[in-house]
Amino acid sequence: MAKITFDGITKRYPDGYEAVKDMSLEVQDGEFMILVGPSGCGKSTALRMVAGLEDISEGELTIGDEVVNQKAPRDRDIAMVFQNYALYPHMTVRDNMGFALKLHGTDKAEINKRVEDAAKILDLTEHLDRKPANLSGGQRQRVAMGRAIVRDPSAYLMDEPLSNLDAKLRVQMRTEVSRIQNRTDTTTIYVTHDQTEAMTLGDRVAVMRAGVLQQVDTPMELYNRPKNLFVAGFIGSPAMNFMPATVEGDTVKLPMVDVRLPDELRQRIGTGGEDGSRELIAGIRPENFDDAALLGEDTLRRGASFKAKIDLIESMGSEIYAHFSVSSDKSIESDELRELAEDSGAGEVPGGGQEGDIVARLSAESQVKKGDEADIFIDASHIQLFDPSDGSSLTA
Amino acid sequence: MADTARQRVLWGIGILVVVFYALIPVVWIASLSVKPSDKLSDGKFFSGSPTFENYETIFKDDTFIAALVNSIGIALIATLISIGLAAMAAYALSRLDFAGKTVILSGALAVAMFPPISIVGSLFDMWRSIGLYDTWAGLIIPYMTFTLPLAIYTLSAFFREIPWELEQAAQVDGATPFQAFRKVIVPLAAPGVFTAAILVFIFAWNDFIFANTLTSTDNARTVPAALAFFTGGSQFEQPIGAISAAAVVVTIPIIVMVLVFQRRIVAGLTAGAVKG
Repeated sequence: MAKITFDGITKRYPDGYEAVKDMSLEVQDGEFMILVGPSGCGKSTALRMVAGLEDISEGELTIGDEVVNQKAPRDRDIAMVFQNYALYPHMTVRDNMGFALKLHGTDKAEINKRVEDAAKILDLTEHLDRKPANLSGGQRQRVAMGRAIVRDPSAYLMDEPLSNLDAKLRVQMRTEVSRIQNRTDTTTIYVTHDQTEAMTLGDRVAVMRAGVLQQVDTPMELYNRPKNLFVAGFIGSPAMNFMPATVEGDTVKLPMVDVRLPDELRQRIGTGGEDGSRELIAGIRPENFDDAALLGEDTLRRGASFKAKIDLIESMGSEIYAHFSVSSDKSIESDELRELAEDSGAGEVPGGGQEGDIVARLSAESQVKKGDEADIFIDASHIQLFDPSDGSSLTA
Repeated sequence: MADTARQRVLWGIGILVVVFYALIPVVWIASLSVKPSDKLSDGKFFSGSPTFENYETIFKDDTFIAALVNSIGIALIATLISIGLAAMAAYALSRLDFAGKTVILSGALAVAMFPPISIVGSLFDMWRSIGLYDTWAGLIIPYMTFTLPLAIYTLSAFFREIPWELEQAAQVDGATPFQAFRKVIVPLAAPGVFTAAILVFIFAWNDFIFANTLTSTDNARTVPAALAFFTGGSQFEQPIGAISAAAVVVTIPIIVMVLVFQRRIVAGLTAGAVKG
């Protein structure tokens, strides 16, 4: 049980490259904190600094009440689950799980008891005397988890523990991880590049990009009120649609339609330029669209509708994803946006006469077919607006 | 591979040729060692009535017994020290990034390049003046030195194969660097350690140049050197039978070594450590 504090942590490699830049973060006792970001964003490095496997160049790392910058991994009382499990191949499952306790000098009976308890939780009892080579991927993953939980450490560190499992097993183990964390109530830092894992597992999620912490918040806050373009584009699947927009008075002009903004949103954006208009980037999540044909008058009044030629329909059963293109002759110069597209692969932004693909989530009852000219509705209250110069959100 | 009859036949012939080529001298020596002295030069592989009198002769010979003890002792000690040092060196070379790493590696290679014969003369003088001449240590030191490069290269190749994470996992699990090395890395590197150990042992066991030059008595003379000093039962008799018997005897430990350790050199010991 311990609180973990990053205070201005920086990791600088000898060649001058900064993998983590001035990171400050507080992980509360018992909290499940997720570090998420695209590959190369420094999330694993941050975790490895907590484990003591990487030196900290600057800043102070505290576990419990102790500054641990100079402490060896073995003195930090943390357990780590590695992406590739790192099981000791020459030891049985039992020895793998008991290794830390054995090194610690715990007596045999106690080790056995704790290993067997953990094995029961993880459904590994009948595999205790097998070697890792004879286990399936999911079982190995559970052994790796077991190795962490038998120790009852002050914190778990997990480095993409599920990324080597197939999709179905991953969902199953995700639940398992969540259950174990709830049961043990141990501070956990969990690194992943998968935003679904981040959203479903974490008490709070820290989004990182290029070594910089972007936003730390609960999953719902991140989703509903992303602080910048990057977080907006990274969190949510399918990703948020971005498009150039012009705000004039209380109206926002999108490439496909003009939408009247609710007063509350308008006030938050503030005043525009000299002529009262302002170039922005609008972000609309797929679920803030719908098939206008299915909606009542009341709902329709809360936004705007437009015609779109549907290029592609993806039917998921419970919902339908409709893809259509919009083109805009306005071009938006936003470095943030370009980098974002590179980093996260979030949909390209239409501009400069190019066409951009927009994804809309429609209700399952929608009768829209591929190639149709469909009436699509936008919910105005959920439009997010970003400043093209620095990518920061004006609506959050 | 051998899925057609033709391929099987060709493979069979190939294997036969290799085995025949490799084993003929061995069979010849073995056959000589069981021939009575009057049939030694009859030029036949099997001349009937095998006898073990040659073996009796050499095992009654104190020189040979002493040489055998020297050989076993010197080769084992040289192997242990060499592998011990090489394991630590190879571990550092494969895991750490330190200044002078390449210098050490090329230095090790340079040591291996010197032909033993080029230094044996000066060693003879040095050993005599510092009192190492005709002692076990006097042979162990050159054996160790000449086998270290080979052992370091073999072992660092094996260490590099072991996933880094295993060691980090051990560290996080509470192991000191030495514990991580001993309890995780060494067991996993065991096949490599045994491979290197066999190579070192064979070098030390087979060496003739150092053994012949740096020893003078039963104190430290090993079997290959002792064989050269064998004399027949009388001065008119060639000790060929006895030499053959001794040659067979010194081959046996090597065969035993390889057979025993071969079982330890199991491929894929690291399987299951990490995914894929």
